[in-house]
Amino acid sequence: MKRLFGFLSLAVLALSLSACGTMGAKPGHKAAVVDQSTSAQGAGAGGGAGAQASGAGTEGGFQGSPINNPASPLYKKTVYFAFDSSVVNAAGQKLVAAHAKYLAAHPDVHVRLQGYTDERGSPEYNIALGWRRAQSVRQLMVVQGVKPDQISMISYGEEHPAVLGHDESAWRYNRRVLIVYTGQK
Amino acid sequence: MRLAFYACLLMTGLLLGARGADAALTIQITGGTEGAQPIAVVPFGWAGSGKLPTNVGKVIANDLRRSGRFAPLADKDLVGHPHTGDEVNFQSWRVLRVDNLVVGKVQATGPNSYTVQFQLFDVFQGRQIIGYSIPAHGSDLRRVAHHISDLIYHSLTGERGAFNTRIAYVTADRKSKDDTDYELQVADSDGYHPQTILRSSQPIMSPAWSPDGKQLAYVSFEHHRSQIFVQNVASGARRVVASYPGIDGAPAFSPDGKRLAMTLSKDGSPDIYILNLSTGHLRRLTDDPSIDTEAAWMPGGKNLVFTSDRGGGPQIYEISADGGPAKRLTFDGNYNAGASVSPDGGHIAVVHGSGGNYQIAVLDLKTGLLQTVSKGPLDESPSFAPNGSMILYAAEHGNRGVLATVSEDGRAGQRLVAQQGNVSEPAWGPFPAQ
Repeated sequence: MKRLFGFLSLAVLALSLSACGTMGAKPGHKAAVVDQSTSAQGAGAGGGAGAQASGAGTEGGFQGSPINNPASPLYKKTVYFAFDSSVVNAAGQKLVAAHAKYLAAHPDVHVRLQGYTDERGSPEYNIALGWRRAQSVRQLMVVQGVKPDQISMISYGEEHPAVLGHDESAWRYNRRVLIVYTGQK
Repeated sequence: MRLAFYACLLMTGLLLGARGADAALTIQITGGTEGAQPIAVVPFGWAGSGKLPTNVGKVIANDLRRSGRFAPLADKDLVGHPHTGDEVNFQSWRVLRVDNLVVGKVQATGPNSYTVQFQLFDVFQGRQIIGYSIPAHGSDLRRVAHHISDLIYHSLTGERGAFNTRIAYVTADRKSKDDTDYELQVADSDGYHPQTILRSSQPIMSPAWSPDGKQLAYVSFEHHRSQIFVQNVASGARRVVASYPGIDGAPAFSPDGKRLAMTLSKDGSPDIYILNLSTGHLRRLTDDPSIDTEAAWMPGGKNLVFTSDRGGGPQIYEISADGGPAKRLTFDGNYNAGASVSPDGGHIAVVHGSGGNYQIAVLDLKTGLLQTVSKGPLDESPSFAPNGSMILYAAEHGNRGVLATVSEDGRAGQRLVAQQGNVSEPAWGPFPAQ
């Protein structure tokens, strides 16, 4: 389990580095040009493009904080779910409560809840399911005193699996909500 | 007819640069052709220097086989290799009990230009049913072959063929744990001529064709959030049409092309909204605390079907485009999602989950009967051909995501396998403009 989390934080670090990667078609293909100005809502989920796929305490300001301390209950940042369920189980509730307590005490700290599903079933339904999982975690946090504006959410559905594989040994790690600390504001 | 065909060729020419032939999808036959009509497609003759650039006869035979309606004879069973009607000995074909015979030839008429001539015969009457001579450029020979398949299919079944159409899908090439190349591609209906119209390091999802086949709506996470884009397939020009906080997903063009149904979660739970593409007016269609997503329009545009878990698990519901109460359509099994509506509105294809197996199933809206047409175990994203004869879907095979087709009755199946990476999220495009 510990190895999985180690991998996850490495993964998000690498993601943050690759997040500014290229967009559009290959050289030699007519590029599909993005006019960013047409994106009226901007990157609303907290921060500009490229800066968001980071977290798990790898950003500045959290060095030495309990978020990065393997002995702290805040070190664990993944809540797991049963199939087609967005109910947070007892272990998940304990984990969320620890983060909620910290966030309620640090109202300037922000998190992004990233919802995921396993690969089974319809991709867009899975986006909705991942969203509802993030909502469940958010709701638990809010009733424990976290301000709604400390929390943003995104669902990747069955995209970005944590573990590859086509059976329950992989699926159980992919049905998850990742609590990503995005920084202080 | 001619004119429409040229318009179609012109459109192809305008498409973005084709990938090399090595990137093409290859075809594997996964289902039998029991009850299919025997037909002989003789390899086309070739009058020109070098090698015939496209095996036109083979493309036609593969098209006809993929439909499930026809069982082309194996090459080794052909009793002759005529290329014109004069060369056909009908008696020798009658012995084989094939109903129909296709012969033809390709003639070079200039550098990179050709004439493709073909004839379709009724073997028992010894009579020509149709015959055409079609000019083509080198890179269009496959398209001409698909066009010929359509002409044959139409002559013999009375239904319009859907071989000379295009499909869109997403490829994901996972280079490492943290580095995946996503591409939105458009290809011929048999997976050849793939062309990349968008490339991203973040997920691309849910391509949906406009009814005229000129635009694709899709979801892109390129800005580390979901956004819905509408892109002109030929020029690559695109615009953001939805970029709300939360989910921006599952776009679906209305049959008149003027509206786009989509899933947004900006007001809380995921619900269906309808965007008027010319005015920008956004209207909320469903308002339910459960998940409502994956809208698909019924022909005519008066109703939509969608996935909702308001009854517990995901099931398909129908609702008027004006709103009002939703009517549940699926009752069989605890998981039915991702509906694609047949062009005549009589059937819907869904992802059907039962006993841990995820298959494509077809619901007959008249009888309410649900019939599985694929084997599973991880099938998803069904999409009807514009003539309703086949369903394209995504499957897992050999640890990779692949595309597959199945005839609407589930009899004939084929896989389209990419050379590398995973392929998913297929959407079958409309007929080319007449």
